[in-house]
Amino acid sequence: MVSQLLPFSCVDGPGSRLVLFLQGCNYQCKNCHNPHTIGFCDACGDCVATCPDNALTLINLYNKPRIRWDSERCSQCDNCLAVCPKQASPKVTHYTVEEILGILHSQRHFINGITVSGGEASLQLPFIIALFQAIKASKPLSHLTCMLDTNGSLSLTGWHKLLPFLDGAMVDLKAWQQDTHRYITGRDNHAVFKSIQLLAKQQKLYEVRLLHIPSITDYEEEIDALATYLLLLGPDTRVKLNAFHHHGVVDDALNWPSCKQADIERLAATLAKRGVTNLTLPSCYI
Amino acid sequence: MLLQDKLVQIVTNPQLSPKQKSNYLALEAEASLPYMPISTEVKAAMNDGIICDMFEGHAPFKPRYVLPDYARYLKQGSEYLELSPAQDLDEALNALTILYHHVPSVTNIPVYLGQLDDILMPFTEGMDAEVLYRKLKLFWIMLDRTLPDAFMHVNIGPTDNIICRTLLRIDAELKQVAPNLTFMYDPSITPDDLLLLATTNICHCSKPHIANYPLHASAFDERGFGIVSCYNALPLAGGANTLVRLNLKEVALKATSISDFFDAVLPNYCSLTFELIEARSAFLHQESHFFDCFLVKEQLIDESRFAPMFGIYGMAEAVNILQSLTASGEVKPAKHSSYGHEYGHDTDANQLGYRISAALDAIVKSTPVVHGYHGRALLHSQGGISLDKDVTPGVRIPYGTEPNPIAHIQALAQHHQYYTAGISDILTIDETVKSNPQAMFQLCKAALELGFREFTANVASNDLMRVTGYMVKRSDIEAFKQCGSRLNTTGLAAEAAVNTGILQRQARVIAHEHSPCVFE
Repeated sequence: MVSQLLPFSCVDGPGSRLVLFLQGCNYQCKNCHNPHTIGFCDACGDCVATCPDNALTLINLYNKPRIRWDSERCSQCDNCLAVCPKQASPKVTHYTVEEILGILHSQRHFINGITVSGGEASLQLPFIIALFQAIKASKPLSHLTCMLDTNGSLSLTGWHKLLPFLDGAMVDLKAWQQDTHRYITGRDNHAVFKSIQLLAKQQKLYEVRLLHIPSITDYEEEIDALATYLLLLGPDTRVKLNAFHHHGVVDDALNWPSCKQADIERLAATLAKRGVTNLTLPSCYI
Repeated sequence: MLLQDKLVQIVTNPQLSPKQKSNYLALEAEASLPYMPISTEVKAAMNDGIICDMFEGHAPFKPRYVLPDYARYLKQGSEYLELSPAQDLDEALNALTILYHHVPSVTNIPVYLGQLDDILMPFTEGMDAEVLYRKLKLFWIMLDRTLPDAFMHVNIGPTDNIICRTLLRIDAELKQVAPNLTFMYDPSITPDDLLLLATTNICHCSKPHIANYPLHASAFDERGFGIVSCYNALPLAGGANTLVRLNLKEVALKATSISDFFDAVLPNYCSLTFELIEARSAFLHQESHFFDCFLVKEQLIDESRFAPMFGIYGMAEAVNILQSLTASGEVKPAKHSSYGHEYGHDTDANQLGYRISAALDAIVKSTPVVHGYHGRALLHSQGGISLDKDVTPGVRIPYGTEPNPIAHIQALAQHHQYYTAGISDILTIDETVKSNPQAMFQLCKAALELGFREFTANVASNDLMRVTGYMVKRSDIEAFKQCGSRLNTTGLAAEAAVNTGILQRQARVIAHEHSPCVFE
């Protein structure tokens, strides 16, 4: 179940990548930039009347209510997302592994690989394993690297199933302290640390991402512990600093300060001072 | 307005330098002469905005683009300029600087500065890399400050050499508007890391353009070719005598059906375009005495290597107009207003576009001209001028409606085979690519592999941005209104910004070369 397919991205792993954003997330981050990717549609029908293009209809499929979305009519005004009580989207598309392979095939010369993101992509683990396995088995596609963008909540059992077909992962470390992590995401971060450690050991940790929200995240307070931890991951792991901004954000987090270039540069400098040098900074600030 | 009033306006303009004023005065003087004899049909088509002479003037006394054989010049020196053959790099750079001031063009500034690595490599033996860097850097600064026109083009590549790498380093460092830069890429010669260096430069300053060397080379003879101005590919030691362009949008509006367009309307307007081409080149070649100059006598250029450029624009609008016609000439009810069914997005629309390009190619290749390259004009997808409104340059996809970069390239690639004299497509890529040059590299490689003649990208937030084929600084456009600009082309870009709303759209611009009425 895909909320969006982006044929070309240059911020989701090495080189040029096709990105699949899967619908559904097990976190409830207050600062989520794409809150409409969190939930699943239960066909309540609230969105149908708000569509100015008549692109949404409530239908019955196998005796179950469904929302049908006509992408040809849709003008992407996103009224439906705004009224959805479930943080879901009626504009999801169902793809089979074969369909994705077909798309990859038509643009294989343009891309270095595929990244599966979310939502939280690992919630649809069997699909990802089947897709990555098929890519590795296909001669014209086998040069494509397969990456996962994740919140790190996947269990070790899950990781072990995926690892044979995975080239690398980008993992969010949303906060250092348990309490801060729980305040921001609604979940604790034990699993995240475990995932990061496993991936680093397997040399498949491409990137750890820190989304900096001044006065909310605890990277600066915990800078010594954080830096020591990041150094242990080894020089192959990039540390990417992302700046919190208000685009797409709803509710409380709109009152949080957005992160400015100076904030990121200060965090980068304090990390660099402690030896963390494999840093990637945002190429633009909103 | 009376001629005298116009002249007063130019002379008293607070934003123009004395030299710029001289140029505009000369253009007005030429414009006051009677036009070359042309038929009433051609005159009507020009008045209706269907055929356009690019404001090249009423009495062409110099070719539009000139590509001198600089290698020959350095080897033989010049009798006319009283120069002996260059013995070392200093003499070579000095000799080039001198000749640049004697190479005319439609803008009076040379549009082609040579395949600099090829012609300078013989002078680099034993030279220290840092010394070379310093000399070339001063040369680069001199070019930008003395010949301030972004149409002025340097070519480098496809071989890996120290001049090529040093110029890429300097260009990224200085981020100047001039000179413009084309890097020739040949997958069998150019190493990947050199292409990566070039594409990394694109991420920083939207230069160079990457030209598909094997594709261009096969279109010209062994004497070679050059990329000049905004992606015009032309014979070396020759050039373009004139450029006349056809507005496909207006042509489509005259058609009653798709078959009427292909069978009658398009061939008719093509023959009128050729009539204007013949009239303009006849004056240049037979009456102006341009080809008596020392460039010809010293064999730096050869009259037989000049071709007229047959330009087209407005493909997107033409396709959308034709698609709305039914066989009976009725206008179909409009489909949904989103871009899904239109040129650049819809397979049928794109196919119709390729069919038009193929038809133009067949016409241009089968129509003899008196003064042409092997007796023919060369087809060119023209990048627009600053006065164009509601019509898209060349075969491009209209501003703000472009699909993602991959779909964009896939939609346009099939056109590229037809446009021997160059095709001006600009790919806008958002600024996140800056920290990921590998992505730019991959896009570029795939585009050329798919048949792109030229890969040109504009990184959305760069201060340097493209207006058609030339570069202007974004900050210059803002500043121009207040205080004028040192650069000749910024005036055009400022006008393009006003006329086409470019700054509100994706970070990309149209406009083109000279027009005599830029300042109102």
